[in-house]
Amino acid sequence: MAFGLEYQNIFTRVQIHGPDDMGPKRDESGIYGRGKPSHNYWLGKIGDAQIGPFYLGVWGLLSLACGFIAFNLIGINFWMQVNWDPVQFVRRLFWLSLDPPDAKYGLGFPPLAEGGWYMIASFFFGASVLLWWARTYSRARALGMGTHVAWAFLAAIWLMFVLNFFRPLLMGNWSEMVPYGIFSHLDWTSNFSLRYGNLFYNPFHAFSIVFLYGSVLLFAMHAGTILAVSRYGGEREIEQIVDRGTASERAALFWRWTMGFNASMESIHRWAWWFAILTPLTGGIAILLTGTVVDNWYSWAQLRGYAPPN
Amino acid sequence: MAMLSFEKKYRIRGGTLIGGDLFDFWVGPFYVGFFGVLSVFFIFLGVGLILFGASLGDTWNPLRISINPPDLKYGLSFAPLQEGGLWQVITICAIGAFSSWALREAEICRKLGMGYHVPWAFGTAVFAYVTLVVIRPVLMGAWGHGFPYGIFTHLDWMSTTGYTYGNFMYNPVHMVAVTFFFTTTLALALHGGLVLSSIAQARGEPVKTPEHENAYFRDLIGYSIGTLGIHRLGLFLALSAGFWSAVCIVISGPLWEGAWADWWNWWLNASFWAK
Repeated sequence: MAFGLEYQNIFTRVQIHGPDDMGPKRDESGIYGRGKPSHNYWLGKIGDAQIGPFYLGVWGLLSLACGFIAFNLIGINFWMQVNWDPVQFVRRLFWLSLDPPDAKYGLGFPPLAEGGWYMIASFFFGASVLLWWARTYSRARALGMGTHVAWAFLAAIWLMFVLNFFRPLLMGNWSEMVPYGIFSHLDWTSNFSLRYGNLFYNPFHAFSIVFLYGSVLLFAMHAGTILAVSRYGGEREIEQIVDRGTASERAALFWRWTMGFNASMESIHRWAWWFAILTPLTGGIAILLTGTVVDNWYSWAQLRGYAPPN
Repeated sequence: MAMLSFEKKYRIRGGTLIGGDLFDFWVGPFYVGFFGVLSVFFIFLGVGLILFGASLGDTWNPLRISINPPDLKYGLSFAPLQEGGLWQVITICAIGAFSSWALREAEICRKLGMGYHVPWAFGTAVFAYVTLVVIRPVLMGAWGHGFPYGIFTHLDWMSTTGYTYGNFMYNPVHMVAVTFFFTTTLALALHGGLVLSSIAQARGEPVKTPEHENAYFRDLIGYSIGTLGIHRLGLFLALSAGFWSAVCIVISGPLWEGAWADWWNWWLNASFWAK
């Protein structure tokens, strides 16, 4: 009876070291060196032991530069808030915050110390993320692959730009943007729900939570299934998609016998992609409608009969 | 009937944990087994009681139907059926059904010669549920601390319970759990997207390989965990999300009664800041 932990394929028991894997030929000009990969034994226990090679490229360079500027603008503002005291910087790190401008500045540009730095940091943050998107796209094309990762990333970017660009624009005020700080962004989130009459009654917020939890459920189901059939080579998913083997058959039958329905080795990845993407997609809609179209989600729900009447 | 083209050769007897050959058969696509019978019993009884409870309530709107736990005054004793007793029996049915379901999954794993990852993963979710409706109420001394069974009433419970401890997002374990939820979803998007991007090729063009997948992620972020590793990581992230969710609520009340924002004062007032 193969019940023992050693049969569950939680760790790699024998590691094989071959020459560095530099991967297939990319469709690119080839002016960017990739360097020599390194290997880590403990990383090899759960995944691939090889680290690198890393590709920089124009988009990567610009993205990292913008990200570096944004990160440091926020960091330097934190340092200014503690008068450059390293002890207080560590002590109050979670409480420190770079806040958006005051409401009185509307969509205008505020003085540097009153939200100006925040706006500049936001610009570079946004630029950094968009430039990284170009990288997720162009790296896939260079390898002759589809661009599914890039479009999934764009769904996350949509939520970010709704929060810090589209919604503030519709509200006519940059003060609606989210502060940059550990506790301050949590306060913002909490206050947002209180201000608009309990976000749990926002149906798109509910969809977003369903897809978030659903994604976690799906990944547990999928990853668990694949690990359970890894003794039949189930982790070779691409091979199993084009040439179904006993790993796919057992994986499918497990769910068919359990709940009467099963995905295929291909379709499970479509379920996965859509569930994950719909999380920020519906979440962005939830935020965009709040304060712009709907002022109080609880009253809104009462009018539609799913919150109890007063 | 209801069989996949390759299914017949897998439908063989044996591998049951209990009951021998007694319930060792299929109904349509479903495997039955002893735990299937047990699951069906608890599901029918539990759902029946929910419908009965709904009939006693004032609405048939599925979004507003609610089966509420007993009042706090009943402590850890049985309450009258119409005053939370139904909730108690339904909770027993739910735990019975979930446990039977997990054991039924284990039987199916045995039949198919698979590892036991899925029943263990499901067990983690059941553990989170049991934490909410049994462990925490018992620690706090009243079934009334469980959450009501209703679409929007359980959300109200979430709000109320959250605000009981100030801003719940200051709960450090809640932070950990939320981080795992977001990270799991990110990883799922990346994994699903990567596999689809390998197989989505123009007609006549061969599909790409795991070598392409590795090259893509190494180019992008300098590391590719590999086809086996991503499933280990995914399972770890997903189970961590469930496990730390359970921990973050069980410490709220039994361990910490004030506002979670105040919990952080130990850090601000720690002795090592003094010069």
